[in-house]
Amino acid sequence: MNLHEYQAKNLLKKYGLATPIGAVASNANAALAAANNIKANTFVVKAQIHAGGRGKAGGVKLVKSIAEVEATARTLLGKNLVTYQNAPDGQMVNQVLVEETLPIARELYLSMLVDRSLERIVVVASSAGGMDIEEIAAKHPEQILQEVCDPLNGLVDFQARNLAFKLNIEQVAEFAKLLKGLYKLLKDNDLSLLEINPLVITADGKLVALDCKMSVDDNALYRQKALSEQRDWSQEDTKEAAAHEAGLNYIALNGNIGCMVNGAGLAMATMDIIKLHGGAPANFLDVGGGASAEMVTKAFKIILEDKNVRAILVNIFGGIMRCDIIAEGIITAVKEMGLTIPVVVRLEGTNVELGKKMLRESGLNIISAENLTDAAKQAVKAVESMVA
Amino acid sequence: MSILVNKNTRVLCQGFTGKQGTFHSEQALAYGTKMVGGVTPGKGGQLHWNLPVFNTMRDAIRETQANASVIYVPPPFAADSILEAADAGIALIVCITEGIPVLDMLNVKAALKANGVKLIGPNCPGIITPDECKIGIMPGSIHLRGRVGVVSRSGTLTYEAVHQTTALGLGQTTCVGIGGDPIKGLNFIECLTLFEADPETEAIIMVGEIGGADEEAAADFIKHHVRKPVAAYIAGLTAPKGKRMGHAGAIISGGSGRAEDKISALENAGCVVATSPAGLGEAVLQAIKLKAMQIKAVQ
Repeated sequence: MNLHEYQAKNLLKKYGLATPIGAVASNANAALAAANNIKANTFVVKAQIHAGGRGKAGGVKLVKSIAEVEATARTLLGKNLVTYQNAPDGQMVNQVLVEETLPIARELYLSMLVDRSLERIVVVASSAGGMDIEEIAAKHPEQILQEVCDPLNGLVDFQARNLAFKLNIEQVAEFAKLLKGLYKLLKDNDLSLLEINPLVITADGKLVALDCKMSVDDNALYRQKALSEQRDWSQEDTKEAAAHEAGLNYIALNGNIGCMVNGAGLAMATMDIIKLHGGAPANFLDVGGGASAEMVTKAFKIILEDKNVRAILVNIFGGIMRCDIIAEGIITAVKEMGLTIPVVVRLEGTNVELGKKMLRESGLNIISAENLTDAAKQAVKAVESMVA
Repeated sequence: MSILVNKNTRVLCQGFTGKQGTFHSEQALAYGTKMVGGVTPGKGGQLHWNLPVFNTMRDAIRETQANASVIYVPPPFAADSILEAADAGIALIVCITEGIPVLDMLNVKAALKANGVKLIGPNCPGIITPDECKIGIMPGSIHLRGRVGVVSRSGTLTYEAVHQTTALGLGQTTCVGIGGDPIKGLNFIECLTLFEADPETEAIIMVGEIGGADEEAAADFIKHHVRKPVAAYIAGLTAPKGKRMGHAGAIISGGSGRAEDKISALENAGCVVATSPAGLGEAVLQAIKLKAMQIKAVQ
């Protein structure tokens, strides 16, 4: 789960870390009020969406008067902002963050994340702040500095000093305090990523987080209730949000063959095999181990929200669950929903022959596939015949 | 032979009396796994499936001489269960639980490194040596005792590999589902090492997916240390960038972790990479043939 910049900055403040003075606003009047409370001559108005590349897309504006703050907020709010990261649809701007501008002496890059191969929390820093860090890593790997944190001792002072001296930061003690604060923040809040880009050194020598991204580990949301309540569903695909509500794992894609699969790996493989046989998957959907009539119905509903879907491919490796029970669930769901588009079903596991027989004899628009390859081919064929 | 588990493996179940623990222990017993008891704190002294229930892992191991443990405990308590099993001196822990916070696993892995216990998972189907020992949630019936070692990050894709090798009559020595989480126990390289050393395993199937760089590391290892034929499949060629596909580990971020890179690394290492998940059985047959031809050519 991602946090908005303003939410991330609230967390930074809670840990005593410096951010520009500012306030979030969800309408132009509130933006005006926010600007009035900031003692400054120039302001920055920042669209709050869950995507990077806002600056280049016109979502971050420097303005020179309070009146302009209001006008800019009016332009940004209530519209979709499309950046290179969320293209083609973009995301709705429901809030803007209005902040003071600062006299900047230097811009740095700073992040903390869990490195899966090291199995450690790693601090990444660079003097090339404010730029795309992946590009820096590719072109100038020597400009990327790292410190690996031992889980027992956490981030310790010498590591902060290592980075401070390499980055040529004079404020060594302040930098160490910042890093240790961020480390504690990451651990307390189960963040999987914390990125400050840029971290600026102001003309008067202060370290301030000018922008901030945070992602919370979804597996830890059960114990991060306060953060979980800050989740902004408007930033996520509506179908994905509905699936989350139903306890399903769904991701929308651009194709026209809806997929319902048990298991994440098999769900990805099903997308791949559809593509291999000339089709295009409309979604990733993992129904989990159960695949009861109730779950199948929920899954079909979410798949059909997508108006591009022309056929559905159901791929269930029954495992311990019997195929006849799964077949019954699919038949019930198709009947109840009055589904008319073709449903291609591939079942495997215990009682598979009985399950296939039930599907064939259902009298519904259900195609019982022989195997996985056959299922993908049948689904592609079904879509082609409908389009033709 | 086989790897990690066999007919002599004595298995405890943590979360024994819960819904999952109850169901899958019954399945394991029916398969012939030597289950010796289980742990549910507060229910010590009871019998469950006619096996003793203990309050603590220390009690359970002392009374049963178990050497493996399977965990069906909900995510908030699973890290604690792994640590308890390790502390009590178990040799192998299989954690089925899905959804353990990554920072919990970070600490658990550090603790496990210190005491040398082997962990499979979390977020995995478990491990099976056909006809001898089934620890986990996989359907026993699709397996056939045979010649192929299977190691996979995905549960249901492991079943695909098993189903296809069974259909071809090749069968399996041991199948290990290492799990889809970013921080986990045994990895590909550790399993490949064990399969390479196992005299009964003639060929290996490795199933990977997008995210991380474990498949690339495994490819490098295969190139230099594995002489047995290896077939592979990587799921996620069509996955969009930056999206989480069910497994916390399956995230492509910033160029690394892409299916294309993993496939080419494995091909460079001499593996036969199946283009379709339905082609795993054929791929391992082809890998076996290719290796035989190479050996002939050298002779």
